[in-house]
Amino acid sequence: MNHEIIIALLAAAAILAAPASGKESAEDNYTAYCTQCHGIHGDGKGINARDMSVQPRDHTDATAMSARSDADIFKAIKEGGVPINKSVLMPPWGDVLTDEEIHDLVRYLRKLCQCDHGN
Amino acid sequence: MIRIKRAFAIALLSLSASASWAADGEAMLSSQCASCHNLTGPAPATLQALRERKGPDLFYAGNKYKAQWMVQWLQKPQRIRPAGMFYVNHVKDGAEGDAIDDGGLTAHPALAAAAAQAVTDALMQRKARDDLIRAGAYTPGTLSKSMGEMLFDKFRGCLACHEIEPGYGGLSGPEVYTAAARLQEDYIVSYLRDPQAWDPKIFMPNRHLSDSDLQKFVHYFRALGQEVKP
Repeated sequence: MNHEIIIALLAAAAILAAPASGKESAEDNYTAYCTQCHGIHGDGKGINARDMSVQPRDHTDATAMSARSDADIFKAIKEGGVPINKSVLMPPWGDVLTDEEIHDLVRYLRKLCQCDHGN
Repeated sequence: MIRIKRAFAIALLSLSASASWAADGEAMLSSQCASCHNLTGPAPATLQALRERKGPDLFYAGNKYKAQWMVQWLQKPQRIRPAGMFYVNHVKDGAEGDAIDDGGLTAHPALAAAAAQAVTDALMQRKARDDLIRAGAYTPGTLSKSMGEMLFDKFRGCLACHEIEPGYGGLSGPEVYTAAARLQEDYIVSYLRDPQAWDPKIFMPNRHLSDSDLQKFVHYFRALGQEVKP
């Protein structure tokens, strides 16, 4: 068997062995996991907000969102609200999203609020 | 001797009737249920697949549901997830924020008693993911409703997505006041320990509950079930 065939077979095997789930887009992840509480417009008015003792963050609120660093937002998504002294109602998503997907979500949130940390 | 033969014949008949029911149930599953339910696995591996899922996966139904509840529910189906299988497909703008779009939610067909029994028998044969179930994982015990609510809401934040009584709680997840009636206790323990092991893309986060919390959650669901009858 020549080397080209072996390489082609190895490449095919690698594709077949790869997990079916690839990286999802930030928008799709936001829709699937975040909008249940933060709302389809990111305004904190999701279908779950009605009976929550602490209302979900309005991601379009530039004042509130610019007060948080990217690192804090990353931590809140990955580990939940408690590690950054926020509500237990914000759960940890680290078992669902990869670090790369969470970084993408942080960038997506910055687009929603049209703000950066500190301004 | 004749009496023994007759008894044997009756036993054989009832055995074959039960086998035939299961076979009927299997046929019904294939012809009537498969268009909305995944009967063979695996669970959705992408958000697109999650979005296309119309009803709960049933390929591990025998490890998940209580047969007694299933027989009753199939005859008189009632919505368990207020916002449908995946809330993303059933949300619209409302007066004070997002609202459930009831128009897109369809009712589950009701079955006659014999059909419900046959389908349940067939479903109980489906025991995929045995590897995730540990028989006896749940040890029966009690927890007061107030302590349970404290744990469920204040300490773990689960009320955000689940109703603990009709009309109170979050709407994206299934109601939990009927959970103990619907679900096998050992399954609840396994699912709460690692929801993604069962359903990799599910929008329920892993709360990393302790072994003690896992037991208490099931105690709480059982307490809720005694108070709120489905």
